[in-house]
Amino acid sequence: MPAYVGVVILALLGFAFCAGSLVGAWLLRPRRPVGAKLDPYESGVPPIGDAKGRHVVRFYLVAMLFVVFDVELVFLYPWAVHYAEQGVFSDRLFLFGEMLVFVAILLVAYAYAFKKGVFEWNRGD
Amino acid sequence: MTDQIVAFTYLSIVASVAGLATILVRSPVHSALSLVVVVFHVAGMFVLLGNGFLAAVQVIVYAGAIVVLFLFTMMLLDLRRHETERTVHRRQIWLAIPIAVLLFAEVAWIAISKPEISENLKGAFPPQTIDELGGSAQALATVMFTDYLLPFEVASVLLLAAAIGAMVLARNPDEESLASPPDMIEDAAGTDGSSDQPEGELSETPATHG
Amino acid sequence: MVDGWDVLILVIKALAIFIIVPVAPLVFVLAERKILGRIQSRIGPNRVGPWGLLQTLADGIKLGAKEDFIPPAGDRVVFWLAPLFMVVPAAMAWAVIPIGPEVEIGRKIGLWVTDLNVAILYILALGSVAVYGPVMAGWSSNSKYALFGSLRSTAQVISYEITMGVAVLGVLVYTGSFSLVDIVEKQKDMWFAIPQVIGLFVFLVSGIAETNRAPFDLPEAETEIVAGYHVEYSGMRFAMFFLAEYANMFLVSALAVILFFGGWHGWTIPGIEGLTSVLWFMLKTLALMFVYFWLRATLPRLRYDQLMAFCWKFLLPLGIVNLLITAVLRLGWS
Repeated sequence: MPAYVGVVILALLGFAFCAGSLVGAWLLRPRRPVGAKLDPYESGVPPIGDAKGRHVVRFYLVAMLFVVFDVELVFLYPWAVHYAEQGVFSDRLFLFGEMLVFVAILLVAYAYAFKKGVFEWNRGD
Repeated sequence: MTDQIVAFTYLSIVASVAGLATILVRSPVHSALSLVVVVFHVAGMFVLLGNGFLAAVQVIVYAGAIVVLFLFTMMLLDLRRHETERTVHRRQIWLAIPIAVLLFAEVAWIAISKPEISENLKGAFPPQTIDELGGSAQALATVMFTDYLLPFEVASVLLLAAAIGAMVLARNPDEESLASPPDMIEDAAGTDGSSDQPEGELSETPATHG
Repeated sequence: MVDGWDVLILVIKALAIFIIVPVAPLVFVLAERKILGRIQSRIGPNRVGPWGLLQTLADGIKLGAKEDFIPPAGDRVVFWLAPLFMVVPAAMAWAVIPIGPEVEIGRKIGLWVTDLNVAILYILALGSVAVYGPVMAGWSSNSKYALFGSLRSTAQVISYEITMGVAVLGVLVYTGSFSLVDIVEKQKDMWFAIPQVIGLFVFLVSGIAETNRAPFDLPEAETEIVAGYHVEYSGMRFAMFFLAEYANMFLVSALAVILFFGGWHGWTIPGIEGLTSVLWFMLKTLALMFVYFWLRATLPRLRYDQLMAFCWKFLLPLGIVNLLITAVLRLGWS
């Protein structure tokens, strides 16, 4: 735990810096919130409608695949350090096989996504 | 010891308040951001328990992936209607209240009875052994790839099911391919985007041009 | 035992490394503009101060004194918090970066704030948190350009996070430790850039994409979506996004040096090993920063579909192949 004191100090410094610069700017800056500058920027024309709405479902798929691969990586980090520390060849081979099976199963998901065109962003619509 | 208690008090108070905010705040985005605060403070508690690996994984998976997925979904969908009304899930309440009471009673019982943690309850990895192995990740690896080999591989199958499930759900049933969105770049440039559509319309994509 | 000196040294080290966050943009924005100018046969900034050296400082003061308004239709709280979610992780990541070896000044002092045994995961965790800045900024601005920029940025950053993690795995198979100090120590005889050349490529490309820099700067592609997720930001809040971007670029460069280019290792002058080591580290990191600017001047911006396809169809398989090759190569090693 003592090792994490430095982390806490840097986090506090980060917050202090943000607070300091925001307060400094707050003291310096003018405040005239009127007119068109409060509108969202849409290349100079008056904004049409609201920004919220429904968007491309593909973004969701990318996020979902990211979660899956992220969790896979989390399993592989301890595997990598453990693998590096094995002295005996047979242990190493066994661990390698374990990883191979683990990755191979996930590659099925990857192949499925590939075939279904999840990575094709410009499929002719 | 006292500095640990100070740290724990801070972490538990903030985590509890943020946890309450997660379920009480109306805006789904505020709720998700409160959840991020909870995740960070729980990660802090893992650090206090001497498990830096679990803390990092907690942040990587929950804050970095799961809540990002939540926020992403909220951005992709139009959630304004849900921000103004308070939804009560009536059926869930009948299950949720007894479970909450049970959980609370369980925690209270442990807190009151203060069970002595005996030596053999501490498991095969006392702090000293973990230090010798180089850290909690290495200690975890030694058991995960031997005793818990099957769950490790099954986790991969679970991830596979999750990935394929998401892709099947996102498919447009009428078409072979995915629910086909307009071209991204065109969409960014177009002015006839999502916003003109009447609220609550259940069309699949924001715009049908392109 | 921990005494008063240890606490003082820790605070000094933390302050010293924290200085990087506000100073990095001051130096690198100017360096970038000068280098870009030179590559494009221009002079670059040359009016403020001698040789234009004070240009970024003047820009910073200008930004600080500018009106800074919050879009009334947006979400005030989230809009306010978004830049903080960029700057604080960028500052925290520096806690585990070792800029030099352990030196002897009265007592043994490691030239790093803290040496966590999960350091590399700690940095990857902070990197995964950095995605909240664009998400919050884009969502709370209630602007279409901001929202599109935010969606693009998030999808891009999370995709390239995977490839970065896969690239790191190759190094971990060699080191068997997450500690950055250990990783540097293990490269005393050979930089990991040599056996991990594919990993290095994957890491660098992912790092450039993670920091939203050219040729992967689609979230801010000014010809398409103006400035992307921070289009509604102005004044100091905009400056904070800028600051975090440059601090993160420097961080990715430093991390690449630590993981692949031997960190502080290099020929040292006897007597001042500590100083020369730090100079080596800085030299290598600055060289990688130059690569960042060079790429920006040389390569055109990718299209979004190319960007995503490059990550998922090319970089990710390449990273996994690299991991398998590394594992096979290490199979016979004892």
